[in-house]
Amino acid sequence: MWKRLLTGGLLTSVGGFLLVWAIFPSTPINQAALDSLAPPDLVNGERVFWAAGCASCHAGEDATGTERLILTGGRSFETEFGTFRAPNISPDAAEGIGDWSLETFLTAMQHGRSPSGLPYYPAFPYTAYRLAETQDMVDLYGYLQSLPADPTPSPQHDLGFPFNLRLGVFLWQALYLERGYAVTAPLSAEAVAGRYLVEAMAHCGECHSPRTALGAVDYDNWLRGAANPSGQGRIPALTPDHLTWSKGDIAAYLNDGFTPSFDSAGGHMVDVIRNMAMLTPEDRAAIAQYLKELPAPAP
Amino acid sequence: MTVLTKLTVKSTLVAASLAMATLPAFANEGAIGARQGQFKIMALNIGVLGGMARGNIDYDAAQAQIAADNLVAISQLNQAFNWPQDSDMMAATPNRALPAIWENPDDFAAKWMAFGTAATGLQAAAGTGLEAMQAALGPVGGSCGACHDAYRQPQ
Repeated sequence: MWKRLLTGGLLTSVGGFLLVWAIFPSTPINQAALDSLAPPDLVNGERVFWAAGCASCHAGEDATGTERLILTGGRSFETEFGTFRAPNISPDAAEGIGDWSLETFLTAMQHGRSPSGLPYYPAFPYTAYRLAETQDMVDLYGYLQSLPADPTPSPQHDLGFPFNLRLGVFLWQALYLERGYAVTAPLSAEAVAGRYLVEAMAHCGECHSPRTALGAVDYDNWLRGAANPSGQGRIPALTPDHLTWSKGDIAAYLNDGFTPSFDSAGGHMVDVIRNMAMLTPEDRAAIAQYLKELPAPAP
Repeated sequence: MTVLTKLTVKSTLVAASLAMATLPAFANEGAIGARQGQFKIMALNIGVLGGMARGNIDYDAAQAQIAADNLVAISQLNQAFNWPQDSDMMAATPNRALPAIWENPDDFAAKWMAFGTAATGLQAAAGTGLEAMQAALGPVGGSCGACHDAYRQPQ
C-alpha cells in the first residue's frame, strides 16, 4: 500500500516530469538509419503481422476469418491497473494510422511513443517489438497500410489513479524499456530463430511470465508461468521441466490447437494459435526448438 | 432442422438450468463429470484423426470413418442436463467452465451447433482419403477453439 502511494506521488511530481523530459529525446529515430532500409516487402510484412500477433488485440472483439484483417481495435484487457482497450490501427487517416509516417510508426513500435510524444502503456508490447529488426518493422508498416481502412473510433482505456497519468509511463519506460533478450544462454541456430519469434514478435512472455509490482515482465522467471492477467486460473509454464511435450507435438499444437492427448487449447491461447497457424512449419518448429532449449529453473 | 435443433438445445439448456438451480451443489458433480466424460470421448476420437493428420500414424479409412461417426454421435447428445447452474469453475468439483456460458446461453448453444456442423462435414470426408480428412478436420478444431476461446479458462 505504502509502495503504491509512494509510486503515485513520484509519478505525479513535477520533478519526475522534468526528469523524464530531460532523459528522453523527442525523436529517438535516426533518420540516416531509415534511409538505408529497403522499401516494404509485403509478403514478409504479413509474416511479421501474424508472428507479432497484431490481430489478437487490434481486430474486433469477435472477428473471424478475413475480419481479422480489419484492425478496428476494441478488444479490452482487464488488469489490476484497470482496463486497457486496443486502439484502431487500420489505415484510416482520422481514426487509425493511415496518416502515420514510417518514422511515427517505428517510434510507436520500438520506443513506445505516440505521435503526440506521450508514452504508450506497456499493454502494447513494444518492449518485445523493440528487439525486432527495423526492416521487419518497415515491412509490417507496409503491410498494415495495405489492409482495409475502418473509421471506428478507438475506445478509451479505463484506468484507476495513479495509472491514468500517462506521464508516469515515462518513468516506467526509464526502468524497463532498455533490455536485450531474456534468454542469453547459448542456443542452437534454430532456437535463435525461435527466440526472435517468441521474444521479439509473439511476446509469449507477456502472459507466460509473472510480472513485477509495477507490471513489468519478470525476466528472472521468463516463461515460467503466471497468474492469468485477465481472469481466473493460471497461464502454464513453458520451461522444459513443465512443458514436456516433444518438439513435434509443440509445433503441431501451434498449428492445429490440439495437445498431445488431443485436448484443445483454452482461453486466449486459441487466438494465439490462429496467428501461429499462419506461419510456416519451419517457424513453428523454431519456436518449439527454442522452448525445448529454455533453461529450466534451479530445483 | 438446424433452427429447430438450436432452439431445442437453447430451451432445454435454459429449462434445465432453471430446474436444477434449486438442487444442492453436490448434485452438479454428476453433470460436471458427465460433460467432461463426453469431451474425453471426443478427444479420444479426434486423437485418432489428428494422429493420422499429423502423420504420427498411417491413414486408415475405416478407422477414420468410425472416429468421425463417433464425433457426430457426440454432437447429437442433447446437452440439457450437462450444464446446470452453479457448475462453473467456482463449483466444488474442479472444472474450467467460465461463468460466461450461463450469461450467453444462445451463443454457447450456437457454438455447440457449430461443432455438430463441422463434425458432419468431417463424417462425409473422413473415409475418402487423407487430404480430404485433414481439410475437414480443420473446421472441427476451429469449432473446439471458438468455444474454448470464449468459455473455457486457461489451466
